[in-house]
Amino acid sequence: MANSYQIAVLGDKDSVLGFKALGLTVFPVDHVDEARHTLHRLAKEDYAVVYLTEQFAAQMEADIARYKDELTPAVILIPGKEGSLGLGMANIKKSVERAVGADIL
Amino acid sequence: MANTVVNPTRMELTRLKGKLKTAQRGHKLLKDKRDELMKQFLDTVRELRALRSQVEQDLMRVHGSFTVASALMSAQSMEQALMYPKQSVELTMTFKNVMSVNVPEYHYQTRTEDTGDIFPYGFAATSGELDGAVAALGEVFQNMLKLAQTEKAAQLMAEEIEKTRRRVNALEYVVIPNTQENIRYITMKLDENDRSTTTRLMKVKDMLLAEALEEKRAETARAIRTFGKSGEGTTEV
Repeated sequence: MANSYQIAVLGDKDSVLGFKALGLTVFPVDHVDEARHTLHRLAKEDYAVVYLTEQFAAQMEADIARYKDELTPAVILIPGKEGSLGLGMANIKKSVERAVGADIL
Repeated sequence: MANTVVNPTRMELTRLKGKLKTAQRGHKLLKDKRDELMKQFLDTVRELRALRSQVEQDLMRVHGSFTVASALMSAQSMEQALMYPKQSVELTMTFKNVMSVNVPEYHYQTRTEDTGDIFPYGFAATSGELDGAVAALGEVFQNMLKLAQTEKAAQLMAEEIEKTRRRVNALEYVVIPNTQENIRYITMKLDENDRSTTTRLMKVKDMLLAEALEEKRAETARAIRTFGKSGEGTTEV
């Protein structure tokens, strides 16, 4: 079970460049379609966590939803350079609603 | 409603009673599971919210310092500075079982142990802001990994809760009432059969008694006739 996995960061170049210094695998993309393809490719490879900037995530919700119930990868939204869109928080809210049937927090 | 056709037999009744018992036990267990999962889930979500707002704040700060750094340096030299990372991160994943939900736990190993020694560039050609930004990002990363773990756990638990809730509801509102209805139907049918058998038996008994009485009467009549005749005969003799 203790296979080794990698961590990917997916987003526009300016937002993800810094992560490269930390040793994460960085995939700078310019376009949503490109991001979508990269995400699906990463999901097939051994990436356990994919950090995705909210700016792209906003336009590829269906693709992210596909991996929500899978064990890998965990697609985690992070704010990009342009700031947070509140999508990450909205997602938490959504999963609460899904589990409880109402937003109780 | 007994919308399915059930055989009103004792065997079916025993089977249904067993089914009802299993369904009720399953319902209780699943309800307990749902409640406990919900408790754990809400704890996770509370933690997740705090963690996420902190990570988002920190990341925005880091982005800010990167912007400053890129303003002080040319885009090329910055890219060059960050191009070949010194550090590399490897992730291992173990699983924790939370109420039968497999939740991943991430552990990471870095190639260089020292967190202060992650800068992949010489300090001479780069601005000081970049150092600060990279160091800050390194700190945020710890929380980001924790965020990933917590968020995935929350997603998986949400899914499991949804499933369990559906099962509980299906048992509570469909399976159990249906089975009870069927059991009632069979019991009533069997009782009805019992009663009709009793009445039939009573009727048969009545008929037999009537027949016997008739026979007896006929016999008596015959006896009276014969004896009467013979009596008359004797008197005549």
